Amino acid sequence: MEKRVRFKGIWLPLLLVLPQIVITAVFFFYPAGQAIWQSLFIPDPFGLSKQFVGLGNFEFLLSDRYYRASFITTAVFSTLVTVVSMGVALWLAVLADRLIKGSGTYRTLLIWPYAVAPAVAGVLWLFMFNTRVGVVTWYLGLLGYDWNHVLNGEEAMGLVVIASAWGRISYNFLFFLAGLQAIPRSVIEAAAIDGAAFWTRFRTIVFPLLSPTTFFLLVVNIVYAFFETFGVIHTITSGGPQQATTILVYKVYADGFVGQDLGSSAAQSVILLVVVSILTIVQFRYIERRVHY
Amino acid sequence: MADRGGMVERRGAGLWLTHLGLIAGVLFIFFPIWLAFVASTVTQPEIVRPPMPLLPGDQFFANYRKALVSGVNAPVALMLLNSGVMAIGIAVGKIVISLLSAFAIVYFRFPGRQIFFWLIFLTLMLPVEVRIVPTYEVVAGFGMLNSYSGLILPLIASATATFLFRQFFMTVPDELAEAARVDGARPMQFFRDILLPMSRTNIAALFVILFIYGWNQYLWPLLITTDPSMNTIVMGIKQMFPSGDDVADWPVIMATSILAMLPPVVVVIAMQRLFIRGLVESEK
Repeated sequence: MEKRVRFKGIWLPLLLVLPQIVITAVFFFYPAGQAIWQSLFIPDPFGLSKQFVGLGNFEFLLSDRYYRASFITTAVFSTLVTVVSMGVALWLAVLADRLIKGSGTYRTLLIWPYAVAPAVAGVLWLFMFNTRVGVVTWYLGLLGYDWNHVLNGEEAMGLVVIASAWGRISYNFLFFLAGLQAIPRSVIEAAAIDGAAFWTRFRTIVFPLLSPTTFFLLVVNIVYAFFETFGVIHTITSGGPQQATTILVYKVYADGFVGQDLGSSAAQSVILLVVVSILTIVQFRYIERRVHY
Repeated sequence: MADRGGMVERRGAGLWLTHLGLIAGVLFIFFPIWLAFVASTVTQPEIVRPPMPLLPGDQFFANYRKALVSGVNAPVALMLLNSGVMAIGIAVGKIVISLLSAFAIVYFRFPGRQIFFWLIFLTLMLPVEVRIVPTYEVVAGFGMLNSYSGLILPLIASATATFLFRQFFMTVPDELAEAARVDGARPMQFFRDILLPMSRTNIAALFVILFIYGWNQYLWPLLITTDPSMNTIVMGIKQMFPSGDDVADWPVIMATSILAMLPPVVVVIAMQRLFIRGLVESEK
């Protein structure tokens, strides 16, 4: 698509794009290039010189037990976050969509946790499940369950998943509700007249018509779980216990800033970069084509 | 449950079940925040001897004053200010540079336009989390650690907003630019008098989204603000937990958590329509 009407001039438009070019070059392309460049070297411990190792950092990473474990942790974590937050959101959206009046009120009540930062959500859930003062921990104790996410890796994973999914429900709810409301009422009513019960209607009509929304949310939520949940992990578990909740982004941070292993951290950044690119391409291709229609 | 008569919308018991399900969802969303609020209004001993009360106490003013005025490492009032500057700086900065470059791409033909377009397209892909170490080095090299420009600039280096404005400018009728040109208006006059007023709603919607995005940043402020007086509130909460075995000052920490979520939540609720519009459009 092109505009027919244009203004004349060459210097003015260049001047107009200059701020964006400068900022993107300095804070985006240069660092991204540096990440790729650094991933080919191993700096000596004093940072005085570095040795070219080619793809050595990558080879080392891919054979590293901890890195592979982190990959699996990330896969488990992002799958759970996506399934839980989308599942709950879809359920609530289907309920709200069935109301003739009042769905707007519920929407207002449900959307604002979107504004709660992942790191703050982490603190809230940490408080509830704190091993010493947590309310939920205390009541679980009454039931005879000894909650301790500081020592138990599976409980730690469960906690970071709930905390990450919790704040995400509102976002997914908003898109699901919009998607549901876009489905023509007449289609659903026709099926109802034919005697299709709610579940049948949902399975054979509503869910297929909703698939573009679902697919879009799937990609967006995976990206969220990969990158934006850093705050949740850092506040609740710091990747522990024994790296049970060290997702890939957390490992870039832990190896790069805490461990000062720059070559490895840069190589990890590059791998993540490839992952995001694939997700973005998938998103663009399928969103354009639509999944269902 | 076969629904005869009622067809699609439920009535009677079904309607109540629908409400019940939704209320359960609302409670699940609210419960953690309610607990945090209660914790911010009681005394420390009431919390460290579980179970804590489930109804607010009478220490609201004492706890919030303590948090705002002294905090733990830095007064929370200062952290709120830092967050505000950062969030507004990111929102305004990104909107301004994006408006200008979108205007240039859509309304001019200049050398390198296509390359520029594809370069900014690339930036859509890369979250800041992926390039943290080298970006940190750049910012440190400019001496921008512990500064507002260090907090803001790296986070406006992405082209989502440029894309959005480009899409919008494309829908603006050509006749308007034609008329402006015939009237002898210079490009910047057209931009200021016609394009900007027309983009008002889009700008506002984007501002809401970017404000929340900026306010809620965590990793980046964590890296570059080593000086507590430059901490933003969202990353500052974690710094309030003592290292080792000391007991955390829960009432103050929870008061800070409430304060940290208040501005973006107010923005979302007050500007709900703009917020939803901004969200839907920025994700397209």
